[in-house]
Amino acid sequence: MKHERAMKRRQFLKGTLGAASLVALAGCDNLTQSSWFPGILNKAEKLTDLVQRAITPTTALAKEYSEADISSIFPANGNTDPSTQTYVERAGQNFEAWEVKIDGLVRTPISFSLAALKEMPARTQITRHDCVEGWSAIGKWTGVPLGDLMHKVQPLPNAKYAVFHCADVDDEGIAYYESMAVQDLYHPQTILAYELNGDPLDIPHGAPLRLRFERQLGYKQAKYVERIELVESLAGIRGGKGGYWEDQGYEWYAGI
Amino acid sequence: MLQQLEAPDHVTEGKIGSMAAPVSMRQEASPAIPSAVRVERIYRHRLPVRISHWLNVPCLFILIMSGLQIFNAHPALYWGDRSDRDKPLLSIRPMRTESGEVKGITTILGHQFDTTGVLGYSNNSGRAFPAWATVPSTRWLAMGRQWHLFFAWVFVINGLLFAAYAVISRHVKRDLLPTGRDLRQIGQAVKDHIALHHPKGEEAKRYNVLQKIAYLGVIFGLAPLIVLTGLTMSPTIDTAFPWLLTIFGGRQAARTIHFIACFSFVGFIVIHLSQVILTGFFNNMRSMVTGWFIVKHEHEGVQS
Repeated sequence: MKHERAMKRRQFLKGTLGAASLVALAGCDNLTQSSWFPGILNKAEKLTDLVQRAITPTTALAKEYSEADISSIFPANGNTDPSTQTYVERAGQNFEAWEVKIDGLVRTPISFSLAALKEMPARTQITRHDCVEGWSAIGKWTGVPLGDLMHKVQPLPNAKYAVFHCADVDDEGIAYYESMAVQDLYHPQTILAYELNGDPLDIPHGAPLRLRFERQLGYKQAKYVERIELVESLAGIRGGKGGYWEDQGYEWYAGI
Repeated sequence: MLQQLEAPDHVTEGKIGSMAAPVSMRQEASPAIPSAVRVERIYRHRLPVRISHWLNVPCLFILIMSGLQIFNAHPALYWGDRSDRDKPLLSIRPMRTESGEVKGITTILGHQFDTTGVLGYSNNSGRAFPAWATVPSTRWLAMGRQWHLFFAWVFVINGLLFAAYAVISRHVKRDLLPTGRDLRQIGQAVKDHIALHHPKGEEAKRYNVLQKIAYLGVIFGLAPLIVLTGLTMSPTIDTAFPWLLTIFGGRQAARTIHFIACFSFVGFIVIHLSQVILTGFFNNMRSMVTGWFIVKHEHEGVQS
């Protein structure tokens, strides 16, 4: 008698717990779809940005690895070939005509040719690329520190963000772009890279120029960079969230 | 075998902290329990402990399930700093068989298991963990991260406040640290647990040694481990504290440890909930909601 009752009660409790978790799950899905809840979840991004910046020295370097640590295959994600007419033509000429224009809120807007960039002092770093999906790959990047370029164009005091406009578009024709805080441009490991593992960048990895912003996730590392625009606000640029993936719900602050 | 405490509705209310009048138990309900049982109400869980405990319930539920959503974006684990895709420790993927059928295959250290229906392939879709185990239920990495990182903050702040309270209020020393006597009885405690004999009477007023070890292990071991391995996956935090990469063996190793710690939490929760149910669900729930726990003394006058 007692056992039967106890068993029934236990089954009832198990059923209740199962049902409760299903209700909770459905509740989570409803909240996800609601107009207001994601805005609350998103508050965590500001907190993470604030705290991570407070505890990370501005000059602290991301870990640099040895040649032996380099990944034998460095996966290429996202758009792996812009394949627009202009891009294909430039690729056919070894990107000789490629220029990156730095403009917006700067004292002196300048267009840098690929050749000019390659003549400037370069930095080589073996670093870890952390994709938002969870995987990591290690590669050796060579390029021009963005801080050096900034000293030439001289950002105006009201410039808060650098927007990287890219040559690639997705299947629906939406152009890739990214952005970062102006202060991060001056980090020694923030470079405009033109080589991966000692060879000129290939098309899947962002030829001829891509951003390396080593303290944040992979989607911040804009490929096929053709223009860097300094702005005061990200509102009004494409989706307004500061990047292709950001416009689709990913965090602008991608430090974690 | 199961000497379950009766539901409290048989119990007449005693004065707070003092003995209640003996209550006659109905014979048919429990012939094993003697007819005279003293009932004592004790204030078991203080308010900060209860608040912290209940905040952890939604936190863990959401962190685990949004974590599985994030895992689904790249359903493989590795050791070291980089992901060598030909050498995963674990992978959970849909695979097409020679007959064209799609199966969910879980590969652990090179050994393949068919886990179709749950892992790798479920509900006609190729996904590592099934829809009923992830937040959100559909494949949506961006939203999974939003849930995960928000509740990670709640979990961390709650955990830090609890740890500070537990140390300052001496909750750790008084209730959680095993005594020498506890440790000597550990063998017996294991035997009792396996036989599902739970402490009763005076012994039920405090945590038994296995409980103490489990709670201490989770609070000061597993919880910090899961937070630190989570932080090691942050490229910015790795810049600020490179030693995290060293102690956990690399970012991908930290991700693997984070995953194992997650399932250790799942294991803890399963055992914890079973114990809550086995040792008197309503009494336990009341004590974690209101603080008040009922202890029954089977031999009147023996304990005071």
